[in-house]
Amino acid sequence: MELVVLSGKGGTGKTTVAVALSELAKDAVRVDCDVDAPNFYLFYEGEDLKQEDFYGGKKAVIDKTLCTQCGVCEKYCNFDAIKDNEINVYKCEGCGACVYICTEKAVKLLDEKSADVFITKTSKGILSRAKMEIGSEGSGKLISVLRKNSREFNKKDRETKDNNSSLLEHFKGIFKKQTQLTVIDGSPGIGCSVISSVTGCDLALIVTEPTKAGMEDFMRVMSLCQHFEVPTLVCINKYDINEEIAKEIENFCTEEGFKVVGKIPYDDIVMVSINQLKPITDYKDSAAKKAIENMWNNIKSIIY
Amino acid sequence: MNIAVLSGKGGTGKTTVSTNLALVLKANYIDCDVEEPNGFIFLKPSDINKKEVEVENPFIDYAKCTHCGDCSNVCQFNALARVKECIILFEKLCHSCGVCKIVCKHGAIEYEKRTIGVIEDGNSNDIQCKRGVLNVGEPMAVPIIKELLKNLNSGTNILDCSPGTSCNVVNTLQNVDLAVLVTEPSEFGLHDLKMAVELVRKFTIPMGIVINKNTSDENIITKYCREENIPLLGYLPYRRDIAKQYSTGAMLIENKEYRSFFKNIAKNVKEASLWN
Amino acid sequence: MKIAISATGKDIDSLLDMRFGRCDFFQIHDSESEEFKVVENKGQSSGGGSGIAASQQLIDENVNVIITGNLGPNAFKIIEKADIKSYKCGNISIKNALEKFKNDELEEIIIAGLAHNAMGH
Repeated sequence: MELVVLSGKGGTGKTTVAVALSELAKDAVRVDCDVDAPNFYLFYEGEDLKQEDFYGGKKAVIDKTLCTQCGVCEKYCNFDAIKDNEINVYKCEGCGACVYICTEKAVKLLDEKSADVFITKTSKGILSRAKMEIGSEGSGKLISVLRKNSREFNKKDRETKDNNSSLLEHFKGIFKKQTQLTVIDGSPGIGCSVISSVTGCDLALIVTEPTKAGMEDFMRVMSLCQHFEVPTLVCINKYDINEEIAKEIENFCTEEGFKVVGKIPYDDIVMVSINQLKPITDYKDSAAKKAIENMWNNIKSIIY
Repeated sequence: MNIAVLSGKGGTGKTTVSTNLALVLKANYIDCDVEEPNGFIFLKPSDINKKEVEVENPFIDYAKCTHCGDCSNVCQFNALARVKECIILFEKLCHSCGVCKIVCKHGAIEYEKRTIGVIEDGNSNDIQCKRGVLNVGEPMAVPIIKELLKNLNSGTNILDCSPGTSCNVVNTLQNVDLAVLVTEPSEFGLHDLKMAVELVRKFTIPMGIVINKNTSDENIITKYCREENIPLLGYLPYRRDIAKQYSTGAMLIENKEYRSFFKNIAKNVKEASLWN
Repeated sequence: MKIAISATGKDIDSLLDMRFGRCDFFQIHDSESEEFKVVENKGQSSGGGSGIAASQQLIDENVNVIITGNLGPNAFKIIEKADIKSYKCGNISIKNALEKFKNDELEEIIIAGLAHNAMGH
């Protein structure tokens, strides 16, 4: 069961909630698809079991020995990526126009490394994550590699556990496999990275905040989830910052038929938890923690 | 002069800083976060002109097409597929690169326009306010960002960037004279700030840092600024009532105390831009 | 008849891969000769539009039927145009999936109202 946590707007508490849910779900598999600003792994120290280079796209490369500097490629590049026979890698989209137009066959498209992909084994389970090269872009391919790695390594991890366990634990393990949750920390926005994280998930949880900006962004990402037909739940974080707007969001959800599964109060302890890099669920007295636990119970009753 | 406001991490206060700074500096405000633009909520511009943003997608002239499939074979983005005697276009995947037309030996490909979003242009308190809005379901924001940045007014322009450090931000940084990085004094803030700094350095743009939700004179960000020799342009305090004001869509500078914080940032921004 | 099945592995006991565009392999089974071949899915290496690349690959392999978990709107558009029928199946072995297909137990994949709905990825 794959649950993706989204926000539309940045800073609403998506990662805080995703981390907390992954703790409460016990034995969850974690995938950090916020590849532009991956923060999930900051909470989990662990050993990198695997690191591999990820090649997301292609870039054009000019062979100076063959280039006659005719300048035709520059004319045909729709992205202004060629100037004085030099390729600007930040602008190049790897389309190949220059390759096809060059009469000297002086241009090639080469795979370009756009990220490092990691599988990290933490004390709480597997974490699948990526670190983008600066200026590169997340893509459907990267997101699916992250999700695939999480599945494969989770399977291996469980197999090792299974082999070492008693018969009773083995049966428990089979049950767990059917109910195991994969928590995906998504990116902000509504563009291609978000679309890739959302498509094919079983469930999306949108974390929003009661601000005018938050509400607008919430509606756009909600519209995106509807567009891709992903069942969606809603959580209003820091709801007591502005209870009027929180109510507006709730009313909107009721009218449109979306379930608000959680309302989390503003809690100073959350900032403490972020700075100590510990999940909010570690703090017994936290009001946010209690609200997230209630939310988890609501989510469980829907998915199981 | 173009000043970009970016952050790496989302939700640190880019729009808060951009909108208020634009008013204090009497600079134009350009909202380049076209996936989730928020600036107009606060600036509330009037007399808005709208202009659609179009991209070009190929269409097939079947009188000339021999359905050889060359076009679909060369498309790096899987935007064309050949099925029997048809060439199917998947417009949302199309990058408008022109390769299909280049390789077609029969001259069977032309282009037609398609709308992916809109640019809105208005006025608030005597400054120009511009923004781009991407249609929901469209994956590519860059064509709108590029359009937004064409024909910027002379004078000072504040470019409110998307969160992150990916191609949206890279395209916004193309013609920038100064980068203002907004961060918060937390582990997340510092972690993502470092990514933004790395990106800005790749473009060799001079930069300065603004600390939002600040809690103390000395913290992990001030320490980082010293170590990296990056000027601190100012800060905004961590106050629950700032969060409340923000939530209602109010401009912070309407409050006298908060206006002084922005005047300080504006003064330092002016100085930083003079040095360069 | 050639039947393509999205697969997690290369033999008949491997499990069906529920994803179409990003599955690892396609096993293409000939219903008459009962032989089959395995191809690596080209959609896997695509940055975007994986369903489109996978569909194109299977069309070029002249398959008549596809069995998979589900098809996205892009892939479905192509498959339908190519007059290839597609069927939904669960996460069972390829062997069992073929049995179910033979016994008419699989549900056909139909996506209505596609015209302006094609996805980005």
